Parts: sequence; C-alpha cells; structure tokens
Amino acid sequence: MQQFLNVTLTGLGQGAIYAAFALALVLIWRSTRIVNFAQGAMAMFTTYLALTVIEAGQSYWVGLIVALAGGLLMGAVVERLVIRPVEGGPELNAVIVTLGLFVAIQALAAILFGSTFKSFPAPFDLRGFTVGEVNIAFTPNSIYVILAVVVVMVALVALFRFTDLGLKMRAAAFSQEVSRLLGVRVGRMLTLGWALAAVVGSLAGLLIAGGSLVYPAYMDGVVVFGFVAATLGGLDSPGGAVVGGLSIGLLLSYVSGYLGSELVALAALAILVAVLLVRPQGIFAKAAARRV
Amino acid sequence: MAAPTKDTEVGVPPAAAGRFAAFTRRMPSSTLGKHALTLLVAFVVVVLVLELTGPFRNSQFATMAYYGIAAAGLTVLTGVNGQISLGHGALMAVGAYTTGLMLAAEIPLLVTMLGAMAVTAAVGAVVGVAAARLHGPYLAGATLALAVGLPGLAIYFDHWLGGEQGMRIPSPQMPAWFSDAIYFLSATEASSAKYLAYIGWVTLLVVLFLLANLMAGRTGRVWRAVRDDEVAAELAGIPLGKVRVLAFVVSAACAGIAGAVLGIVVRLAAPSGFTIVLSLGLLTAVVVGGLGSLVGALLGSALLVFLPPFVTNVGTDIGLDNTQAAQLAPFVYGAVLVLVMLLAPSGAVGVLKKLLKKLWIGRSTRRTG
Amino acid sequence: MSTLQISGLTAAYGPVTALDGVDVTAAKGQITAVLGANGAGKTTLLRTISGLVRPTSGTVSLDGNDLTAAPAETIALAGIAHVPEGRGVITELTVEENLRLGALLGSARKRTDGSLDMVYDLFPPLAERRKRDAHTLSGGERQMLVIGRALLSGPEVLLLDEPSLGLAPRIVAQIFGLLRDLVDRDGVTVLLVEQNARSALSIADIGIVLNLGKVVARDDAAVLAADDGLRHAYLGF
Ligand SMILES: Nc1ncnc2c1ncn2[C@@H]1O[C@H](COP(=O)(O)OP(=O)(O)OP(=O)(O)O)[C@@H](O)[C@H]1O
Ligand SMILES: [Mg+2]
Repeated sequence: MQQFLNVTLTGLGQGAIYAAFALALVLIWRSTRIVNFAQGAMAMFTTYLALTVIEAGQSYWVGLIVALAGGLLMGAVVERLVIRPVEGGPELNAVIVTLGLFVAIQALAAILFGSTFKSFPAPFDLRGFTVGEVNIAFTPNSIYVILAVVVVMVALVALFRFTDLGLKMRAAAFSQEVSRLLGVRVGRMLTLGWALAAVVGSLAGLLIAGGSLVYPAYMDGVVVFGFVAATLGGLDSPGGAVVGGLSIGLLLSYVSGYLGSELVALAALAILVAVLLVRPQGIFAKAAARRV
Repeated sequence: MAAPTKDTEVGVPPAAAGRFAAFTRRMPSSTLGKHALTLLVAFVVVVLVLELTGPFRNSQFATMAYYGIAAAGLTVLTGVNGQISLGHGALMAVGAYTTGLMLAAEIPLLVTMLGAMAVTAAVGAVVGVAAARLHGPYLAGATLALAVGLPGLAIYFDHWLGGEQGMRIPSPQMPAWFSDAIYFLSATEASSAKYLAYIGWVTLLVVLFLLANLMAGRTGRVWRAVRDDEVAAELAGIPLGKVRVLAFVVSAACAGIAGAVLGIVVRLAAPSGFTIVLSLGLLTAVVVGGLGSLVGALLGSALLVFLPPFVTNVGTDIGLDNTQAAQLAPFVYGAVLVLVMLLAPSGAVGVLKKLLKKLWIGRSTRRTG
Repeated sequence: MSTLQISGLTAAYGPVTALDGVDVTAAKGQITAVLGANGAGKTTLLRTISGLVRPTSGTVSLDGNDLTAAPAETIALAGIAHVPEGRGVITELTVEENLRLGALLGSARKRTDGSLDMVYDLFPPLAERRKRDAHTLSGGERQMLVIGRALLSGPEVLLLDEPSLGLAPRIVAQIFGLLRDLVDRDGVTVLLVEQNARSALSIADIGIVLNLGKVVARDDAAVLAADDGLRHAYLGF
C-alpha cells in the first residue's frame, strides 16, 4: 500500500513535467505541423546554461531565468534559421532537420560542458513529508515542480484566450493565408510560437534535472515520453497534452515501480502504438479524423 | 526483358539522349545482366582494395560493410517507400544478439547470418504492421521509441543477454580454403581483420545486388508509387498496407544482416552500442548520400567510417581533449543532416547527377551546335 | 481617392499562365465586376492583388503607391481587404474571435475603434452565435462572417471572390444590397468576382470579362448585360 502511494506520487510529479514537455511539442505542432524532436536537446542545453551560472555562484533562480531566456532565444533562432526553409515542405524534411538539430546540439553540449554526470541542485528540500509515522515520496520540491507547471499552463491559457497577441498566434497557427490577409505577421507569430515552446521545454528540462543528474543524453527518454503524452492527448490539443502527460507519468511510474525501470521506454512504445492504432486522433482531440 | 527505363533522364536534349542510348547499348540489355556485371566488377575492386590495404584499413572496411548493409536497407525504406525509421539501430541490435546466441550454440556462420536476418525480419514485420498506418512525424516518434526502448530488453533479461556489460560473441574460425586463397592471391597470411572484411563486403555486395534488382523491378515501382501518391496508388489497386509492411520487412532483414556482421566484427553486443546515435547515424548516411540511392547509401556509410577519425584529429589539433574531440563527429553528422536538408535535399548522388547531366548536355550541345 | 490600378499583370503557376497582361482600374465608389468562366483567372487576379501570388510582371498600385512587391500583410494594412473564395473563415476560432481579428486590423489602420457592434447590427445571426466555434456556422452565416470581418478592418478596397457561392438567392440579394449601400455611403472601392454574372452586373458599375487570363471585354455593367454575343460566348446566360 505504501509503495503504491509512493509510486503514484512520484508518477504525478514526473507526469507534471511530461505534461509541460508535451505542451511544448503541441504548441509547435499546432503552429507549424512539425514535431520538434530537438526539443529535448534544446532543453538539455539550456539546463547546462543554468548549471554553469549556478556553479559560478549564482542562485538557482538566476539559473532558472538564464535557462528560460536562453530557451526563448534558442527557439526563435532555430525557427528562423533552420525551420523556416522547410516549413510547408515535405514532412520528412522537417523531421530530418529536427533530428539533425537533436544530434548536433547534444554533441555540442558534450563538447562545451563535458559528457560526465553532474548533479543539478534542487531549490527545495528533497526529503519526503512525513505523514504520521510514514515518510512518503512527496517532497517540498515536488510541490514546487507541480506549482511551476501549473503557473506556466495558466499563463499560456491566459495568453491564448485573453490577449490580442494570443489570438493572432492562434489564427496564424490555424490558417496562415487568412491570417496574412488580416494583416497578421505570420512569420513573426511562428517564431514567437517556437520561442515560447522552447521556454516551456526548457522549464521541463530544468525541473527534471532538479535534485538529480544531468548529462548530454538525459532528456532522450523525456522526448519519447513527451511525444507519447502529446500523441495520447491528440497532438493538437493543449489540454490533452496535460492529461496525457499526467497519465504517462503515472503509467510509467507503475511500470518502473512494479516491473523494472529498464522497461519504461518499451512500455511507452506499447502505449504509443496502442493509441495510434486504436484511437489515432488521440483521446481528447475534437476533430474526428486525423491522419497519423 | 524490356530495356531499362531511365526515369531520371527527363529533360535531356535529343542529341545527348541519343549518345546516352548508344552508350547503354553496349551494356548488357537486361537489368539483371547489368547488375550482375556491376557486381562482378565491384567484387574485383573489393579484392584489390582489401589486398592493397593493411589490417587497420581492413577493419575499417569491415565496419563500413555493416553500415552499408543497414544504410542500403534504410534507403530503400525511407527513400523508395517514403517511411522514415529511427529504429534501425535497434533492429541491428536484434541481429547482433541473435548472432551471438546462435554462434554460441555453435551453429555455422552462414546459417547464423540467415537466422539473424530471419529473426530481425520477423521483428520488422511486427513493427511494420504498426508503422504501415503511420506517416511522417508519427512514424518517426514511434520508431524513436523503439530505438530508445528496445535495448532495455537486453538489460531486463540480463542473465540471458548479458545486461549492461553486453554479450560476448565468439569470432568465427577462418576456413582453410580462405587462407589458401589469400595466400595464392597475395602471398601473405590472411589476417582475421581481412577475413571479417571479406565476409562484410561479400555480404554487402550480395545485399546491394538483391536490392538493386528489387528496386528496378515491379516491387520497386510499386514502392515508389505508394511513396509518391498514396491516393493514386490505392486507386490503382495497390494494397498500401501490404506494400508498406513488405518494405519494412525487407529493410529490417538488411538491418538484421548488418547486425550479424557487426556482431562478428565487434565481437560484442551491448546496449551502449545501439543507442539512438547509431540510428541517427544511419539516417545521416542515407540522407547525405541521397535518399533512395544505393550508391548514396554506400557513400554515406563511407562517411560514417572515415569522417570520425578525421574530425577527431582536427578536434585535437585545435586543442580539444580526447572526449571532446570524439563528440565532434556526431556534431558534424547533425550539422550535415540539417545543411543537406536545407541546401541539397537530393543528397550527394542527386547533386552529382545534376552536375553530370549539365556537363553531358554542355558537351553534346557544343558538338552539335 | 482610393483607386486600385492594375497594369500589365502577369502571373503563372509553373508552366500555366493564369494571368496574361491584365489591366484593370477599379475606381473609388464603384463596384467593378470581374466575370469569366471557370479557370479564367479571376481568383488568381485577386490573389495577386492581395500579395498571395507573386506576379511575374506588371504592377498593382493603390492611389499611386506601388504595392506589387509588398507582402500580403502589408497590403492588408494598406487597406485592401480580400475576402477569399470559400474557406475564409478560421473554423477553429469562435465567431467573435474571427471578428476580433478584423477589428484588430481596423485599429492598426486607425480606421475603427475595435468594436464589433457594427457587424452584429448588420448581421443579427452572428450576434446570436458570437461564442460558437465558427465551424458550426451555415454557409450563409460564414459568408456574413467573412464579409463582416473585412468591413471591421475599415477597408479602402474590398476584393470579394464569389460571395454568392452556395447561398440562397434571398441572402445573395441581401449581401449585394448591403454592398451597394456601403459603396454609395462610404465610397469603398469594390472588385467583385462572380460566376453569377447576371446578379453581379445588376449591382456593378463596370464589368470586366476575363478569358484564359486575358481581359476580353470591359464596359459599363448595363451595356455588358445587354450584349448578347458576349453573354453567350463567355458568361453563359
Ligand atoms: N495553385 C494552383 N496551381 C496551379 N495552377 C493553378 C492554381 N490555381 C489556379 N490554377 C490554374 O490557373 C488558372 C486560373 O485559375 P483561377 O483559380 O484563377 O480561375 P477562376 O477564374 O477563379 O476559376 P473559378 O471560376 O473556377 O473559381 C486555371 O487554369 C487553374 O487551373
Ligand atoms: Mg475562382
């Protein structure tokens, strides 16, 4: 019973992070119909930036700001320089470009920051709360992680629902041509979309790193889990990404807790294939038909 | 048999086309014959190269052989049939582990390689059935999950597959006739590196020969039709699903053979040898060479073998330490993937073809005009 | 004076020449109808004017300002509102959000105050459905939505591509009547592309007939409507 509780709580914390990462994938998918396979590598890179700042004596929070700002810049630059030319082209080309970025950024990080494992600080206590006599796997840091993800989601919802900029970004994502006819600078909106997504991705990378080890490949699994979560929710649906992220976090936590952590990625694959074959439009998508 | 169709020769002016036809008339008229002749010439070249180079180069060529086999299979899948796979590294792992298990049971090499091929093709069929319904980013994501997930099995069944440490693979005995033949050819004792290089290259040539014939025939046409326009293909009565699964099976079989060759060359199958970087390296090879081109796959795999030592040297020369310099190669792969897609999506072979055509047309128009 | 001046406009899709040296002048306060059979190049003409298609030669200018090479966004900001054929509604957004996009352009152009009331007064069905997703609208309601959205941008020039497509005659009459009022009251310049030549000519001032990318006739709307030979040859009524 206690193990079940602990596995569940761990899963929720992980799930919140996968949700954020999936949300970043969905933001990009909605605006450019591209799955950014480089997103994990980009987040890994900005986490290293934060670590560099922190190791130089700054606080965690300065590191956080550096990572998020780095993500913003990186997302914008990547979209402008390498994604723009393949937007709207054959879908395989865009996939290959993001994979190339993935490999290149990962190698670059290894060159700049080294390939060894480094520990990344957590801003809050990593010891679990004690309920009665029992110590549970829920820590002050878990609360921070979940709160951070919630704050970002609320901010994104507010941006897209209530501001003119958000409206223009959504319009540009849904219909480039009509948006241009309405004076929306579609190119700028797409750049902004990539930049915002990279910020959310960077946050996810930083939250995963907190209190654990970073190395250039530490986000590889998260890319897969985030993609599975996004697909589970329907790549088009931000709400679906959140629910998908939480579900994947829980499911994988059970697999890891009861079957073995080596099987987590395979379990993710099984979930993905099951979803794509049984309900390809995702569990939460509004549109009935989707070509997968 | 019908004359070979040259669908790449569109836009060549009549004069040049005439000269080209005259040139091709001197070749055997059937595609099969042409490929057989190429195979023979290639074999002679391989023997010459392997005899004229030392054990170090021989082992590099052995490495190139298994990359080449896997890349050839991948280029057929991605370039000819339009399905991307990031899971070919994992499929090679299936081939390598099967080889290890079978050789340990003292099954003969040839049977082992066929066994590795069959097992991997079977895994490929399962993956292919799922993959046939997916496209583009979904397929990439699913096969990425395969690449990340499958090595986990080797750790889960560690008593059987060796866990993190990996599984040792016994190296096959060099038969007497082989060392005799080599002694007869070059008056030297055959090294084991040379033996492995021969195994690799003979396998590679056979695979290329079979794939080339497959691609030139009906199967290739159907694969291309499905890639180019699935609606039209479906209207023409082509069963999309079956065709895609078949392409995946053929491609996986190649990956299995490649894994077998890798197994006997490296003598070890370990999860760390089949990371996502391997799959992406294969993708780089086929993209750089030119998607859908077997020659391109071969060029690409040469790049995978000969580029890393070169860039690593450059890296140490500019003052990087060894571990940093070792990362320059993947950095270059990634950068090259992006640049090729942005600047020359048809890859090296595509660019060469364009250049050659320009030269050819330039020459013939100068002569006639 | 907002006069749209098009001269020598040529555009091609690969080997297909869709427009071939087209000259059109759409004067302020007039409705200029562009007629022609399917594939004549009418849609291409509008798309080239609004910057969605790049011409191979020729110029487009508004009141003497050359807009030929400008991107579509700039052309929209300059006051040319293009209501595209068929799918102009962003179906994933609500009715109100679609309209807000037009109003945003209007405020950016300093023409309107960003209020949507004008359109809700004009088209009461839209007011009732303001919170609904646009994909739930009927064809006629969608047409009202795109026209209303264009009006909110306070346009100098309105480019309309087959606004009558698939609508009941009564709604067509309502929309055309509205257009006429708008032109007479605010002095908007309208370029109206129509298959439905008879009703288009009934509200237009000038008519132009396109055939295979070339202008084959240009005259007062009334004269064109009375020209039997031309009607039979190009307009099919
Ligand atoms: N995107 C495109 N690619 C290639 N050719 C096109 C494209 N759009 C239009 N065309 C061609 O250009 C020509 C003019 O097309 P256009 O759409 O302008 O005709 P139209 O007068 O609007 O016809 P309709 O009354 O059917 O709407 C046609 O021959 C058409 O086939
Ligand atoms: Mg049209």
